[in-house]
Amino acid sequence: MSLTRTLVAAPAAALGTLGRAVIRALGAAGRLTLFALAALSHIVRPPLYPREFGMALLHVGWLSLPVVGMTAVFTGGALALQIYSGGARFNAEAVVPQIVAIGMVRELGPVLVGLMIAARVTSSIAAEIATMKVTEQIDALVTLSTDPMKYLVAPRLLAALLTVPLLVAVGDVIGIAGGYAVATSSLGFNPVGYLANTLNFLEPLDVLSSLAKGCAFGGIAALLGCYYGMHSGRGAQGVGRATKTSVEAAAILILAANFLLTGVFFSA
Amino acid sequence: MITLTDLHKSFDGAPVLRGANLHVPKGSSMVIIGGSGTGKSVLLKCILGLVTPDSGTIEIAGQDATRGEREALLSRFGMLFQGAALFDSLPVWQNVAFRLLRGPLKRPRREAREIAVEKLRRVGLGPEVADRLPAELSGGMQKRVGLARAIAADPEIIFFDEPTTGLDPIMAGVINELIREIVTEMGATALTITHDMSSVRAIADRVAMLHAGKVRWEGPVGEMDAAPDPYVQQFIHGHAAGPIEALR
Repeated sequence: MSLTRTLVAAPAAALGTLGRAVIRALGAAGRLTLFALAALSHIVRPPLYPREFGMALLHVGWLSLPVVGMTAVFTGGALALQIYSGGARFNAEAVVPQIVAIGMVRELGPVLVGLMIAARVTSSIAAEIATMKVTEQIDALVTLSTDPMKYLVAPRLLAALLTVPLLVAVGDVIGIAGGYAVATSSLGFNPVGYLANTLNFLEPLDVLSSLAKGCAFGGIAALLGCYYGMHSGRGAQGVGRATKTSVEAAAILILAANFLLTGVFFSA
Repeated sequence: MITLTDLHKSFDGAPVLRGANLHVPKGSSMVIIGGSGTGKSVLLKCILGLVTPDSGTIEIAGQDATRGEREALLSRFGMLFQGAALFDSLPVWQNVAFRLLRGPLKRPRREAREIAVEKLRRVGLGPEVADRLPAELSGGMQKRVGLARAIAADPEIIFFDEPTTGLDPIMAGVINELIREIVTEMGATALTITHDMSSVRAIADRVAMLHAGKVRWEGPVGEMDAAPDPYVQQFIHGHAAGPIEALR
């Protein structure tokens, strides 16, 4: 009798655990979606706080340029070396300019910039807003007749939506330049021929997809930083958890969105 | 001015407010006392709309505070937070003039700064503090800046959440005096929550004792020492033995 009970109870308990996890995940997705809709609605409804927007542009865009540039240049250089070495196995060394260009513009540029923004911007937004929450600064904003969604979230989200595509474009160019530098300095490529091959090979859709991914990844990065910051737990532990979770979630969502967008742009 | 009727609030099934009733007359200074976790901060947050009560009513000047234009309601309030809650990224004068730099009370920047400097002077801080960041100030100075911010827009109602927590006795006395002076001078209605009995005696016209989510006793501060309620007596004299259970 007890064996029968155990045989029934164990799978039921496992199903129960799985069900609760699925419900929790769906609940979290629903809350995040509502938060995103509210944040987007605040972007298009006045007032917009210009000082906060300007600071967000500076922080998300301008101050991210060094890390984006360094990431792109080394990745472009390494990519050129890899393609040259791999291409040599079937006498295709000459495709380095084309593959570096398409690899950087379609995939590596947007994804690496997105991940660097998740590391740099998502974490700092989450930590800043979470600290504001635990020190009652968010409550203070409300008592001063200021909507935290409008004052804290909307400027950061708008700044990320506008600047991350530009960062991706800069990253694409610097990455290609990194490949160019390596290819022309140590792999024996002709500089003029390399540039001509790069420019002739790229199509408008490649660039468009890169910018669209940048916009999506910027939105994800800022939104998750704001969301986890605003929903932070108490104390230093709450701030730490909000920061860590925001970066993890942003990185995963960026990679998932990259897969979906690649399918949308290039599956036909 | 403020009337709370049968206010209930629970968090994750744990009741915090269990039918709180309170009336704060216009122009008076009411102080709510009570031990930690008795619902004082939740009561304040319910009035401000930061927390939504499960049931009960909150009336401010005869109007239901849970309905209607929240921004208009909040524009009548000023609040001093326990940790001052100053905005780290803004200099002191912009913290004080926050409400005057944006929204319906927006003034020209120069005028807002002048008002901020005047409010800082009112709380005993010189104009040299105006351009500093909050992190560069001591705890007592931050409380004063928080007080200046609370009164910057000349609100009708001011809330003080543990105004002397973390301050030395002399600075606590200074803050208590400032609160009393400002409330009297502005004719504002004040609601303070505190554990500090010296604050109660310095600030209060009336006192309410909150315990287990209900107001156990309410009356003029002059009658507090003779209050027959054993909970009030235990609390104001700080006795370990009594009806309020203390963890050891």
